[in-house]
Amino acid sequence: MDRSLLSRRLLLAAPLGLAVAGGVGAYALIERAKRGTYNPQDFNNPLVGHRVPHFALSGLPGQQGFDRDALVAMRRPVLVNFFASWCVPCVQESPFLDRLAKAGLDIWGVAYQDKPEATALYLAEHGNPYRRLAMDPTGRTAINWGLYGVPESFLIAPGGLVRWHVASPLFPDVIETQLEPALRKIT
Amino acid sequence: MRAVWRRVALAILFSLALGFGLAHATGMAAQNTPTMIRRDGVNLTLPQERRAEAIGNHLRCLVCQNETVENSQAGLAKQFRGIIRRRVVRGESNQHIIAFMVHRYGIFVLLKPPLIPLTMLLWGSPILALLIGLGVLVLARRRREKPVASLDPAEQARLKELLQ
Repeated sequence: MDRSLLSRRLLLAAPLGLAVAGGVGAYALIERAKRGTYNPQDFNNPLVGHRVPHFALSGLPGQQGFDRDALVAMRRPVLVNFFASWCVPCVQESPFLDRLAKAGLDIWGVAYQDKPEATALYLAEHGNPYRRLAMDPTGRTAINWGLYGVPESFLIAPGGLVRWHVASPLFPDVIETQLEPALRKIT
Repeated sequence: MRAVWRRVALAILFSLALGFGLAHATGMAAQNTPTMIRRDGVNLTLPQERRAEAIGNHLRCLVCQNETVENSQAGLAKQFRGIIRRRVVRGESNQHIIAFMVHRYGIFVLLKPPLIPLTMLLWGSPILALLIGLGVLVLARRRREKPVASLDPAEQARLKELLQ
């Protein structure tokens, strides 16, 4: 008698328990998103592990653009960084890009859906860490790379293999925990 | 004389018929010329637009995540719509266009996940839930069907006492 009543209560409590577990899980995700350890928009870019697709982008006025062949021909790793003058997180990551460039990393920029004069103004204001600077005004090359927003960065190994990708600003923790280990693996 | 008139009349009739036919044909042609519409920077016909919309309704806007590419106001979704339409106009098949997107953005871009080993648990979860529910039901029933233990002599005596 007692046992069957207990099991009935357990059965009734099971859905409630499930709902509570779901709520706790959702809360944990929100907290992790706040702390920055979980990015709901982060997903694996299928390009990682493959060679860069065919593309050719002209440079900003007075700057050298680049294409697939230029990336493939490189003997050192290159960080390809998509950015735009209208993008707020790009401004936030710019000091860390500068630091990386000063440390000797080749960073090639792609101005995504931007006007050349706006890009030039942006770089004058926030510094120019880019060895090469191409324009993708239509955003079609970006989509071919599986980009969904700016800033996004791709680490290209010598030979043109995409080794690492991040769809968020290059903040110090991302650089330390992801980019630097990926770089060490290449060099 | 009469033969000449007949020939003239025939010629007039013939040319009238020809003229009418031509006019009719051009009218028909004008009717068949599809009206072009412009969506997301691409000119296309109505059937082409319908096809593009059907494709866009299968794809996720990656910025807003729970909206379709067709419904989203995000810049990336607008670009996707342009790419889809350009490829529709080029005559590419729906499957080909969707494959182009999946190749670049992974299966996450599909609103309806495909049935592949990775998604087996997802697609199998209703069946799994059904099986678990059935199991619980069978267990509960089995427990209920257990025969009730008969009273021992002491209990029988007490029962008799109470009933009197």
